[in-house]
Amino acid sequence: MASLFEYMFKAPVVTETLKSSDDIQIQIIARQIDERARKSFGRSLHIREVDAGSCNGCELEIGALNNPYYDLERFGMHFVASPRHADCLLVTGPVTRNMADPLKRTYDATPAPKIVVAVGDCAHDCGVFAGGYGVVGPVSAILPVDAVVYGCPPEPRAILLGILAALEKRP
Amino acid sequence: MFSEIAIALLQLLMVMFGSPLLVGVIRKAKARLQGRRGASIFQPYADIRKLLLKEVVVSENTSWIFRFTPYLLATTMLLSALIVPVLTIRTPLGFMGNIIALMYLFLLGTFFLALAGLDAGSAFGGMGSSREVAIAALAEPTVLIAIFGIALRAGTTSLDGIITRFAAEPLLMLNAGHLLAFIAFFIVALAENGRLPVDNPATHLELTMIHEAMVLEYSGRLLALVEWAAGMKLFLFLTLLSNLFFPWGVALANTPMTLLTAFLALAVKLLLFAGAIALVETSVAKLRLFRVPELLAGSFTVALLAVVTSFFMK
Amino acid sequence: MIIDATVMFDLFVVTLACFGAGALGALVTARSPTLARIVGHGAALIGAMAALAFGLAGLAGGGMQLNLPDLLPIGGAAFGLDRLSAFFVVVIAAGAIPASLYAIGYTREYAGKHSLAGMGFAFNVFVVAMILVPLARNVLTFLVLWELMSLASYFLVITEHEREETLRAGWVYFVMTHTGFAALLLGFLLLAKATGTMHFVQWQVAAAHLDPSSRNLIFALLAVGFASKAGAIPLHVWLPRAHPAAPSHVSALMSGVMIKLGVYGLVRVGFSWLGVGPGWWGGTILIVGAVSAVLGVLYALVDADLKRLLAYSSVENIGIIMLSLGAAVLFQASNLPGIAALALIAGLYHTLNHAAFKSLLFMGAGAVLHATHTRNMEDLGGLMKRMPQTAAFFLIGSLAIAALPPFNGFISEWLTFQSLLLSFQISAHTINLIFALGVAALALTSGLAVACFVRAFGITFLALPRSHQAAGAHEVQWTMRAAMALLALACIVLGTAPSLMLAPLEATIFELMSAHADVQFNLTAVVANDGFGWVAPLWLALALIVFLMALPLGLRLLGANKQRRSYETWGCGRALQTARFEYTATAFANPFKRVFALLYRPVKELDIEFHPESRYFVRTIAYYNEGRLIFEDALYRPLLRMIETLAREARALQSGNVHGYLVYILIALVALLILTV
Repeated sequence: MASLFEYMFKAPVVTETLKSSDDIQIQIIARQIDERARKSFGRSLHIREVDAGSCNGCELEIGALNNPYYDLERFGMHFVASPRHADCLLVTGPVTRNMADPLKRTYDATPAPKIVVAVGDCAHDCGVFAGGYGVVGPVSAILPVDAVVYGCPPEPRAILLGILAALEKRP
Repeated sequence: MFSEIAIALLQLLMVMFGSPLLVGVIRKAKARLQGRRGASIFQPYADIRKLLLKEVVVSENTSWIFRFTPYLLATTMLLSALIVPVLTIRTPLGFMGNIIALMYLFLLGTFFLALAGLDAGSAFGGMGSSREVAIAALAEPTVLIAIFGIALRAGTTSLDGIITRFAAEPLLMLNAGHLLAFIAFFIVALAENGRLPVDNPATHLELTMIHEAMVLEYSGRLLALVEWAAGMKLFLFLTLLSNLFFPWGVALANTPMTLLTAFLALAVKLLLFAGAIALVETSVAKLRLFRVPELLAGSFTVALLAVVTSFFMK
Repeated sequence: MIIDATVMFDLFVVTLACFGAGALGALVTARSPTLARIVGHGAALIGAMAALAFGLAGLAGGGMQLNLPDLLPIGGAAFGLDRLSAFFVVVIAAGAIPASLYAIGYTREYAGKHSLAGMGFAFNVFVVAMILVPLARNVLTFLVLWELMSLASYFLVITEHEREETLRAGWVYFVMTHTGFAALLLGFLLLAKATGTMHFVQWQVAAAHLDPSSRNLIFALLAVGFASKAGAIPLHVWLPRAHPAAPSHVSALMSGVMIKLGVYGLVRVGFSWLGVGPGWWGGTILIVGAVSAVLGVLYALVDADLKRLLAYSSVENIGIIMLSLGAAVLFQASNLPGIAALALIAGLYHTLNHAAFKSLLFMGAGAVLHATHTRNMEDLGGLMKRMPQTAAFFLIGSLAIAALPPFNGFISEWLTFQSLLLSFQISAHTINLIFALGVAALALTSGLAVACFVRAFGITFLALPRSHQAAGAHEVQWTMRAAMALLALACIVLGTAPSLMLAPLEATIFELMSAHADVQFNLTAVVANDGFGWVAPLWLALALIVFLMALPLGLRLLGANKQRRSYETWGCGRALQTARFEYTATAFANPFKRVFALLYRPVKELDIEFHPESRYFVRTIAYYNEGRLIFEDALYRPLLRMIETLAREARALQSGNVHGYLVYILIALVALLILTV
């Protein structure tokens, strides 16, 4: 217990500043929300992550967003459990047959205004699973997508920058 | 008359606008202890403002109780803000109730929130309701025995009477009974506000949720009201803890100087409590649900000890 | 205000006449069930209204004395009205008016199956006996009326006698009520013998001269007798059987009103008939009350039968009333009459409040039963949309019984808490500890009652219906709804303007104890003990309404998004949302079952039936998790076994030999001669 307290008080804040770089590829596709919503989301964005059949590689990178190094909370973003609480759906994976309907329901359960960010090559064009018998199509086949973050899997930095780009916000 | 309305309004505004700040400070403190930068302390304001922009999605299984509950929750908290001596003991509407009436007002909110959890017909909501009322029920004896302990030493159950008595005779507070009652009340405050080790406010696992599970179906302005009410409940509980057990700085008369002192004193006390809560939340793990009654039974024993020592040390 | 004695007498006669007319009218119109139920219950309604007027006049100061020496042997029939009796008449009438109104519509479904004439007759006899019990002024009058009340209610309980469990429930009720009656009879006769008179009024003076041991014995006997009628633990076993089995309007009367006569008896025993007793009297009542309160609500929490849940909740509320009664007796023994009066006011106000909200809840349960033909909460649900008004009334009843502001239960529990907290003025450590535990018990009860009624209301009315019967429910008849509306209104009025009844109650207590209660109140506020605590229920209610209206306005000013969309419940993307996904009543009570497993001693059984060809496939799984009734197992069954054994042994006396019987007569004669000479 003593070592825990020691660690809590002595260890420094290790959050890294977010810097863009050339190897990060992001694509902005559509804009579903108006100016007012975009400004508000820029200060406070609640994210619901949906795994539509991914290999979990992207999930590991998304999970890293909560750690002290990447710390997505400093941007006002926060992961939530229920789509009713969410403003942004973070979708990974090629959409499989089983997840197509739940994904649509999750989207419908999210109150407007909302944005969708597709993470990973699979979410963009099914990646290595393209043409598979269990795969329906990319996320854009089911939902209107606002931004895509390329990579297999993309770095946490890239995911963060992608979401910020969807909101037209600089890091 | 005018100054009375002004005082009541001032206290109300403090609670209304101070509670998101309190929540923000606690989150910031937790973040720093975890070694990360964390969101700004004004983040909860941004959250509420954004929620007001969103539409409300309501389950088709629900009835009017679901839509009514957030308004009732916020109402009971606002009403409590008028009764609790936040800055001054001369609260104009303090005659509406004493500390027992206050506890029952909180229960009124819990009752409706539990109903709203059941209303959507989801297993998550039902589970949240069931756990929430179980914890509220088991925390009640501790609350009232702690109140008994305070009333024994102060000779009254009216909130301003207690503060006046303790402020006038500080030596009354210098005994083990006072400290024990404080510990018991602090544990109850953690339990009633859904803080670790009873409930994790930041969890995403439905099976570990208590308060969150009941509000999973809320969205938009209804969710804003629920979150705001929860923040106000925490603010009021911590204010009660600060002003009843450590009444230094509370205004005994309504002059601008005393009110300013009261404001600063309360700010300092709340900051300390926020830090304490952040520390507790970062160092302990959430208790398994069926161990929570043991914690509450422990706090009840502490409160009973407080009462017994008060009897024997009269 | 001086009320003319003739007015009082007239009201009394009118009351009796109405009930008499109702009883006879029901019998006379036996051929036509519709006429029988309307005449029988309609006359009871008018009689109850007259009784209410009579009681209110009595509370305002009107008195009455009536002696009919030739009606009964040993002293004749004696009736008298003082404020305490008037208060209980008001309670009974206030419960009987909605019950009669409700019965007019509710008993329609019994037409053709059971005799409505019989029901009407028994109903009128029941209500009039209940009204007359507090007016009885000597032993025989009291006992005759008490027995009449028990018999009439017995016949009403076994209305649906085609069901095995109803008959069994009636039998248990019959035995328990007569056991209580035996205790009462013994107590009364001992007291009459010791004081030399059968008249109640003369007992208070004469009791001062009794020796302590006989006084204690009489107290114990009378307390046991009245407590068994009230339904205190461990004499409560008939309540959860009889109240669900009876038709709902009878359940409402029994739970809301009849058990209060046990409270009436306890008040008389503690304050009128035996003078000021030693401290352990109050302590015992307090402890029994605390235990009843906690155990009652714990049993209610795990029950899936809606009416049995309400019956156990009555046990809980009787516990709360006895808690304040015991406190009052204890305070009086400790020479603190002002606080004793405060505790007694709290107890009596809770009596009135419980009559209001428990009747309301039973009527709501009756409406649900009427509409869905099931009492099992596991089959209910979704009734909010199908029976909106019944649901609203049941919600008000639930809020009131959970003691939440601004309803009436809150005021009486608040007063009870205040009186218990004032116990620090006593300087005996044991008593202080008992009071502290009493406070803890009351607080626990209060919290558990909230949980119990969240469950009762939420599972029954909210979300989706769990069965076809619930899905096909419809709103009930206007008479039933009107009765519930009356009681809901009473709950609100008694909660926001308590001074309406607190003022007459204070006068009642003053007349009973010659002490002013330590409480001040006006139309808006109640203050206990000169500032020990205060509450302003009317202001609270107004402030709640103001804020509730201001919030949507404020949100609109802030420019909040007004749109609302209806969509399915969030089920993690699942395709179906059926009632099977909802939380069940049993599941809701699970945390309590685990925490209080020591009390429930659940019996868990898990039966798994595997597929005959492979143990990897399961056909059916059956899980039983039943709580055991510890009082039945630990107390009653051994007692009954002992009685059976004794009876079997005693059978040897019935030899069948006439000469043997002649010897018994000789022995009895000789014994009597020795005893009396």
